[in-house]
Amino acid sequence: MTASLPDGPVPGHAIVGLLLGPELGRFALALACCLALAQFVLPLLGAWRRDQPLMAIAPALAGSQLACLALSFLCLAVAAIGDDFSVANIAENSAVAKPLLYKLSGIWGNHEGSILLWCLILAACGAAVAWFGRTLPTSLQARVLGVLGGTAAGFELFCLLTSDPFDRVWPAPLDGAGMNPLLQDPGLAVHPPILYAGYVGFAVPFAFAVAALLEGRVDAAWGRWVRPWAVGAWCLLTCGIALGSWWSYYVLGWGGYWFWDPVENASLLPWLTGTALAHSAIVVEKREALKVWTVLLAIGTFSLSLSGTFLVRSGILNSVHAFAVDPARGVFILGLLGLVIGGALLLFALRAPLLVAGGVFAPLSREGGLVLNNILLCAICAAVLTGTLYPPFTSLLFGQAISVGKPFFDATAAPMAIPLLAVMAIGPTLPWKRARLAPVVTRLWWASLAGLGAGLVGAYGLRGTLPMIGAALAIWVIAGSAAELAHRVQLFRLPLPDSLRRARLLPRAVFGAALAHAGVGITVLGLVGMSQASHAIVAVHVGDTSRLAGYDWTLRGLADRPGPNYRARIATIDVTRHGRLVTVLHPARRDFAAQGQVTSEVAIHTDLVTDLYAVLGDEHGAGADHTAVLRLHDNPLAPWIWLGGLVMALGGGLSLSDRRVRVGAPQRARARIPVLAE
Amino acid sequence: MSGVVSRRRLLTLAPLGLAGAAGLGFWAMLSGMRGGSFDPHDIQAPVLDRPVPEFDLPGQAPGRGFSSADLRAATGPILVNFFASWCIPCVIEAPPLATVAGRLPVWGIAYKDRAQDAAGFVAHTGAPYTRLAADRSGLTAIDWGVSGVPESFLIRPGGVIAWHLAGPITQSLADALVARL
Repeated sequence: MTASLPDGPVPGHAIVGLLLGPELGRFALALACCLALAQFVLPLLGAWRRDQPLMAIAPALAGSQLACLALSFLCLAVAAIGDDFSVANIAENSAVAKPLLYKLSGIWGNHEGSILLWCLILAACGAAVAWFGRTLPTSLQARVLGVLGGTAAGFELFCLLTSDPFDRVWPAPLDGAGMNPLLQDPGLAVHPPILYAGYVGFAVPFAFAVAALLEGRVDAAWGRWVRPWAVGAWCLLTCGIALGSWWSYYVLGWGGYWFWDPVENASLLPWLTGTALAHSAIVVEKREALKVWTVLLAIGTFSLSLSGTFLVRSGILNSVHAFAVDPARGVFILGLLGLVIGGALLLFALRAPLLVAGGVFAPLSREGGLVLNNILLCAICAAVLTGTLYPPFTSLLFGQAISVGKPFFDATAAPMAIPLLAVMAIGPTLPWKRARLAPVVTRLWWASLAGLGAGLVGAYGLRGTLPMIGAALAIWVIAGSAAELAHRVQLFRLPLPDSLRRARLLPRAVFGAALAHAGVGITVLGLVGMSQASHAIVAVHVGDTSRLAGYDWTLRGLADRPGPNYRARIATIDVTRHGRLVTVLHPARRDFAAQGQVTSEVAIHTDLVTDLYAVLGDEHGAGADHTAVLRLHDNPLAPWIWLGGLVMALGGGLSLSDRRVRVGAPQRARARIPVLAE
Repeated sequence: MSGVVSRRRLLTLAPLGLAGAAGLGFWAMLSGMRGGSFDPHDIQAPVLDRPVPEFDLPGQAPGRGFSSADLRAATGPILVNFFASWCIPCVIEAPPLATVAGRLPVWGIAYKDRAQDAAGFVAHTGAPYTRLAADRSGLTAIDWGVSGVPESFLIRPGGVIAWHLAGPITQSLADALVARL
């Protein structure tokens, strides 16, 4: 650091900047990498040689690795908030005029910073296993932490060697280049951390799977330990995907919510297998069946999380999401993936055949239902994976560039989602081992009537067959979840107070599952509603009125307004229905001079049933001939898509809070491994 | 029993095989991208192996402007480079561009830029443009299928686009390009 202190009283932030400088950050990162290497080697060696002290060192290493990464991240945050443009990463992505919130979120809004965040979350996962896993068998915990340490070491090395967020530039510019204005949005400020937490969270089930293969044993206890981690990561990933989809809906201004973009697919793939994992782990826990399959799912889910990131960052996939694309980085990540995924799968090939198969079950049983769930989810995953990788592979193998888009995904994913939704309501009503159909029918008859009714209403009111089927199935799933709960508490069969007492005694996981399933139904209803959306692109004078979906949209005026680091052009649109004012919309265009980029600010009015959505486009002509291009959308039930995602995640969270998953709570007093060295 | 075990073994090997095949494919793609022979972003470039689109751009100080006719009339290969003064990767690109300029002429097009800014950029970075044109409206860039700056096109004699790169030319890429000529 060449900055000399000014004369007179030194401002506090300058001292903080000097104490927590970028070099300290890089040093802490390097130290974390060394600790992670130790966390990889020592506990695994200890577990292999049955050396108790070596195994017992793992939690301390995991804790100190987290502390180092937190310090490193803090240093980057100090540099970002203090506008230290001698740091290349900040000079390229920040600017003095940027609001504080985006200076903070800008830390992970670029490649280097996001990799550091990724490492931080991975270390936090390791520390969480060290803390919450105190009651695990010592050798299992040591192996899990060892695998996590190895993965973390790889990514920290990647960060240090190819994507150093603390790189300096000389001479330091007076002001930064500014952030991509599209990213200047509160939704996107929290989207990456949540999404990454979801991706990285699946590292824990992965580590458990590898540890189990090393131990050569998978049993019910293993299933019970893995499931909370899988469900937790799944909740975060669900929230992350929903947030991303919501962001693209209201920021990109295309009126769409899902574009089958490779980056979106990269997040959907681990979500699909992660959902399968959260379900198949139940079978391991309750019946000690599907062990090999569950281990493979745990490995596969994290592998897909990693590969998705790799594909996006290396520039192999075409995407609307701009990342600094660098094939040299791609080679490094590919090597890393080869080690992590290849190693795990090699171990799987060697050790999985030795795992002893557990309980047998009839096709019509809870296990059978969960197997069907797994098959369908994985089939959808395979279809999406094929569609995503098809373009680069045809280009590589046949030299022929083709593009796979929405029609392919709609045609392949939808037919498999239909049976998935159909069995979703039935599965939870089936008993383990073997079931009979008659009790299922008596429990679900009114749910199926509700579904049929929704289908009939849909046939009358909706355009298209698929939306009609979707509406029927969504109501069937929601009603089925309600019916399952009603049966559990014997609603209307017992007096109401008795039912309520039963409800209080019911495990939270039962409510969680019902809520999560209902959330899927809500999302599907949102999709059905959006299939009926209508839009119009109109060029209007001020004062003109256009009609869309039963509403009158009148452009009242256009005005200029300056913002902190942009100039805004704001339109005022009155929306009326039958002469009554519904809302006033203010879509805007923002001109970010520093980046030479223009973004559009979508105006949305929602009453949770319909979104009225307006975008301001270009303006043409002058004087009396001056027209503005407006894009107007009527999006029925659009908010339900993300609301459903939130409900799903809430359901997952509720089942996480179930006391049964708090691993071995009563034994905590006697289980003894000393803890975190923080 | 041994038959059952070996079938299980084969099944459990399948994921490794699939992942390995995908990994090999990715490796081939990456090495192709570094050598310039594989560019997944070409899917949207409508101009590859086509004649250069019609245009006639005014000069940008300190260089002389050029048109599609000038490119067609050229007797050797030319690298056409879209840049802008407000683009940071363009600054980074200047030294590798100089390597290329040692072997073949590099013609620059200033994309959506003010005249004095572009002139200042060229003077400051020492970007080695033989001729320099200004595309203030950005319309020519649209015809070329430019998605952002910097973007470079290698023009064969006769005015056919032979190669295209969206993004900055790195030193290794410049070396590879020069070696191939």
